[in-house]
Formats: sequence, C-alpha cells, structure tokens
Amino acid sequence: MSGADEQGDVGTARPLNMIQALNEAMDICMARDPDIVVMGEDVGYFGGVFKATEGLQRKYGKTRVFDTPITECGIMGVAVGMAAYGLRPVPEIQFADYIYPALDQIVSEAARIRYRSAGEFIAPITVRSPFGGGIFGGQTHSQSPEGIFTHVAGLKTVVPSTPYDAKGLLIAAIEDNDPVIFFEPKRIYNGPFDGHYGRPVTPWAKHPAAMVPEGYYRISLGQAKVVRGGGDVTILCYGTMVHVVSAVVEDMKIDAEVIDLRTLVPLDIQAITASVQKTGRCVVVHEATRTSGFGAELSALVQERCFHALEAPVERVTGWDTPYPHSLEWAYFPGPVRIGEALKRVMKD
Amino acid sequence: MTDETGGRGNLAPLSLHVPEPKFRPGDAVDYADFDRGEAGLMPRPDIAAAPATMRDLSYGLIRVLDDEGRATGAWDPRLTPDKLTAMLRHMALTRAYDERMYRAQRQGKTSFYMKCTGEEATCIAAAHAMDREDMVFPSYRQQGVLIARDWPLVDMMCQVYSNAGDRLKGRQMPIMYSSRAAAFFSISGNLATQYPQAVGYAMASAAKGDNKIASAWCGEGSTAEGDFHSALTFASVYRAPVILNVVNNQWAISSFSGFAGAEATTFAARAVGYGIAGLRVDGNDALAVYAATEWAADRARGNHGPTLIEHFTYRAEGHSTSDDPTKYRSAEEQGTWPLGDPIVRLKQHLIALGAWDDERHAAMDREVAEEVRAAGKEAEKQGILGDGMHQPFSTMFEDVFEEMPWHLKEQSQQMFDERKAAGI
Repeated sequence: MSGADEQGDVGTARPLNMIQALNEAMDICMARDPDIVVMGEDVGYFGGVFKATEGLQRKYGKTRVFDTPITECGIMGVAVGMAAYGLRPVPEIQFADYIYPALDQIVSEAARIRYRSAGEFIAPITVRSPFGGGIFGGQTHSQSPEGIFTHVAGLKTVVPSTPYDAKGLLIAAIEDNDPVIFFEPKRIYNGPFDGHYGRPVTPWAKHPAAMVPEGYYRISLGQAKVVRGGGDVTILCYGTMVHVVSAVVEDMKIDAEVIDLRTLVPLDIQAITASVQKTGRCVVVHEATRTSGFGAELSALVQERCFHALEAPVERVTGWDTPYPHSLEWAYFPGPVRIGEALKRVMKD
Repeated sequence: MTDETGGRGNLAPLSLHVPEPKFRPGDAVDYADFDRGEAGLMPRPDIAAAPATMRDLSYGLIRVLDDEGRATGAWDPRLTPDKLTAMLRHMALTRAYDERMYRAQRQGKTSFYMKCTGEEATCIAAAHAMDREDMVFPSYRQQGVLIARDWPLVDMMCQVYSNAGDRLKGRQMPIMYSSRAAAFFSISGNLATQYPQAVGYAMASAAKGDNKIASAWCGEGSTAEGDFHSALTFASVYRAPVILNVVNNQWAISSFSGFAGAEATTFAARAVGYGIAGLRVDGNDALAVYAATEWAADRARGNHGPTLIEHFTYRAEGHSTSDDPTKYRSAEEQGTWPLGDPIVRLKQHLIALGAWDDERHAAMDREVAEEVRAAGKEAEKQGILGDGMHQPFSTMFEDVFEEMPWHLKEQSQQMFDERKAAGI
C-alpha cells in the first residue's frame, strides 16, 4: 500500500451520486496520467450503460477511451498486453455476472504476471464492474462473485459503499501497480439502499458520504472504515450491505460496531480484530452465496484471532446457496429481517 | 415433414464425424496425396493490399526454396550470405541446445523440457525479419527467438534448472522463459492467452504513436481456444500492428490437427473470415518464413493492419519430455515429411549459392555443440533442480504484489517457524 490516506484540502465538496464520483475519479486520473486508458463494451461514445464513463471519450479522445467488441476474455487479454507495453488500462466488465469469460486472463495472467516474471512485467489494471443485487436483476444481473477473486493470489479486491469512498478508492486502485478488481454495487449507484424495498429510494444528495471534494484524493487500499462505533457486537460488511446493516442497527437500537471493509484483499485485519476483541461478538453480512463465500474467510480469521474473546459463534448472513432468483429476490436478499434475526441470535447470551 | 411411420423414411440415420489421422503407429506412411505446391509460384501482393484480394495466399503455400536449394519467385527475400549463415547458425544452436537440455532432463537435472526440433525456421527466420525491439508473445516452443536475439544460453539454462542464477527465482516450470530485455514476453502455461495480449500490446503501441509492432505465437491446436478468436477480432477491429503466427506442426500432444479444424480448411484461412491478411508458408523454408514475416512487419509498421501467418511444419519429436509419440503416430512420418528439415534445406541453399560447404557446416556444428557444452557447465555451476531448492525460501512470497501484504508476511514467518520446529 502506498500513499497517504484521505488527503485534505482538495477543493469544494458537493454532493455526487456514486456514478458521478466514479466518473470524476477516472477523469482526474486520466488528466494526470496519459498512460491511463478506459475500455469496455459501450463505454466510449455512449458513456457506459450506467453512464460511469460519460464524457470521457469526448474529453480524452478515442485512443484513450474506446468501445470494445463483446468479448470479456478479449478485453482482459488486451488489457494485459497494454499493461505489458506500459499503459494502465481501466477495463469495464458490464456486469460482474459476465466476468467469467475473462477469468482465465484475470487469474492465470493478470494476477500472476509479476510473480512469474519476477517483476519484469506487471499488470497495473483496474477492472471495474457493477455487481450485487436488489434490482430485480435475476440470475445474470445480480451476482456478487467477489469470493472467486479474493481466492486468487495476486489480485486486490475493492468494494466501495459511498460516493466519497468510490472516488478515493478508484483513484487508489488505478494508481496501484497491481491488478485490482473494483466491484461497484449498482444498487447504490444513485442512492443508499437500506433494504426496505417498499420505501422510496433516498438519493445520495441527502447522505453525508455523498459530499465529494472536487479534486484529487485517495483512500489507501487495505483500510476498513468504522461506519458506526459500538461495544456489543461487530458487524463486518461491504457494499450495499453497509447501508442495510446500518439501518437495522438504528432500528433495533443495538450498540453495534459496523465496519465497512472497503478492501477485501488486502484485508484490514487490525480493524477487525480490534473491534471483535472489544465486542466479543461478530456477524458477517454479504450478498454473495454462503458456501466458500468471503464471509467464510472472515469468520475463520475472527475465530483464529479472537477465539478467547468470542462470547457467541460468528454468524453469517448471506445470500442463499442458490442462483440469484428474480421474483423471489426479497426472500433471497440478506435484508433487515434476516440481519435482525442473526443479531438477536448472536446477542442472546 | 414426418410420414405415417413417424420418421423421415428414406433418410439415413445421422452419424457423428470424429477425425482420425491418416497414419497410426505401425502404419506405412505415404505422402503421395500431399500437395506442397511449387516453390516460387505464389504472388507477393503489395503490403497495403486489401485482405479480400489475397484470399489465395491463405490456402496455398508460399515456398521460396526449391528441391535443389535455389531461391525462386516473388517471395525470395534476397538475403545476403552473411544473414543466411547467421540464421543457419542460430537454427543449429537451437537444435544443439534442445538436444542438451533434453538429455539434462533425462539425466534428472531438471523436471521437464520441450524441444522445437524441425520447427527452428519458424521462429528463428521470423525473429531475424523483425526488429529486436518488437515484442514477441511466444508459446513454449519459440526458444529460437531468444537464441536469434543472442540471448545468453546460460541464462536460459539457469531457468530450466531453477538454480541460483534463475532470474525467475525458480517459480516457473522449465522453458517458461521471460526476458523484457530481449522483448520476449513471459511465457504462460495457459494456451493462447498470449494472443490477445500481443494484440493489446500492438494497440498500445499504435495508441501512443510508437513504431513498435508485436507478434504472437501459438500452435495449431491452440487456435481452438477462445482467446484466438478474441485476438483476431480485436486485431481486425482496431487494425492492430501485430503478426499472429500459427505454427501448424500438425500435432497437439496426441491430437492431430484435424481436431483443431484442419480437415475442413487451413489455419491461415481463419484470417479470411476476420478480414485480415492471411499467409500460409512452408515452415521448413527459412526464406519463406523470413519473407512472410518481413511482409507482415512492413504491413503492420505501415499502418495497414495485422497479418495471420500459418507456418506449415512438422513436430519432429515428442510434445515434451513427458510424451511418447510412438503411442499415437507412425514413426515413419518424421523421415518422410515432404517439407524436409529446415536446417538441411537452408544449408543446401547456402551451398547452392557457393557460400557454404560441408566442411564449414561440420565446423559450425562443432562450434555450436561446444558453445552449448560450455554454457551448460557454466549454468550447472549455479546448481541443478535435482540438487534441491536454490532460491531463498522467502522469495516464494515476493512479487505476488508490489508490496508484501500482512497475510503473506505472516505466512512467510509461519513457514520458517514450522521448518524450524520440525528441525529442517
């Protein structure tokens, strides 16, 4: 990890949604470094299906921001070759659900190049990809495949949960000299989602973390954030679940410490152990399916390092071990009911 | 339309075609049907020619050297005797190197080796036709490129031995070389991944207004991988300055080229569908390989786009030290292969030019054997894999990331602690 965290005095802060924050991060990076290129399906002229790259091609030209054929393995393979030349590619995979054709290039190539060439070739690539559910996306527009990537040696995996973090983390990811998988929870692109799907969406404008400074700042990878301090239970979460968890904690009036991991690899282990040593209880929450999900790693780490402090088994609230269903979304999604029940179980004794 | 009996009546039942090579172990080999074409007959289009106008070059065979070793036709690259003898020497050196490293594996000095015997012209003549700065994205059978770029044999051997001198710190299987200094990209075990990477490198060079080009290499078997399709699509779409080489040595381990589609078409003809230039060359004719590569390099550098070159050759030996080809193909194939041996053919050409003779050739063979022997001694001074682990254990955890994160530091410490506790 290089660089200082959260540099100050970077211009006026104003509310942005997450898309705008991500767009601004790319814009700032591209202005600073002529070797950064943005590529992917529909990212050029059209500005991306979620508008995250809007205006970039107009500003930086077609040789730096360009549309690609619909071939994820090609996008990643080409990015690896561009990195070998000396560029810093920022490829987009339109949905995380479609990243699988690129897995060979990500796992066998980007993640291993530095190691296998003993540093002769590197892959400073940031793969941006919208992920997560809660949007009636069904099986192939809702998945959270982070556990596939956290399992790969040589990859960093990042998931922001606010516009402020999204900008600072994306800048840090693009500047990082290792390949970074940057998963963007699309459910919270336009506003924080508290899991109460029947209520109207709150736009980011009313959330303090939507205040994004205009200029350059970075949030170092590998640093978690304590979203809410508390003494009774530690809740480990990231992405959309940060907002769902926070709402549940407020509603239940539990003195929980909510930790937004922000980076999954490298993980901020100190923040986790310090919190669980204090609270003695831990709940892990993620949208991804349970078995072999990242929650299993978190649970194991907490058990290994905080065993004597634990007063209850570590709970996991996750997606069920099924493909992501369309019509049954709100029975699948780890929403307020399921998180509430887990908290009651873990606080029981 | 079904008839009253519920079927299509007079239609024979479907049958699945599963390709089968012409010759299996024990079979007599007869290449009478093989059409190698005449040397010198194929036209040589302008480097700016539209791909659609050069379709025939994807189906024929570009050959320069005739049976008497004379260079003939529009593709004759008219190389000087010095250039020709330099290529010949690099081919002989590669073969001698392969022989020695193959023996070294048999002697237990390393775990694995792969020869390129019979295919030396494909990579060495190509390397001679490119600039030394042009990045090569090789598969595992282009060691000749490193040798053609005068990369030290000792360095290559140290990699094969995973010894103290191995720049890759014993992390990679033998022959998975990497040399940025020789513009030779890190070799991966995963087939065809280098294909879109080469296209990306070429795209980057073009995007930056550079004049470097890239070349990619794979075998005909690997053309079946999805990455091959991605690479050709990207190369075509962005007119990337790249040379895409397919070494069609007719065998992918035990599978003959029919399993990659060779029964239906040529590999060069894949280019036609992507709208890029395709050339099919006699891969055992160093002059044809040189000429095709030079043409493709000029085309790429002139902003006229990519070229796919199929080098039609024969894998004269086993796939690797772990393979026994007598179990799946006729032993007669190698000796009767109609395109001969690339070294013998270039030698014959130089003799026909009056620039070479058997004495000089024998002297060259002695020289390259001695060069390989001396390099071997030098490399073995730094250890062989058979002697155990030569790299400091801590290096295993380095270079996973630019900076070592806490979990790798912990695991490194754990490894030391466990070994200490176990008394090793």
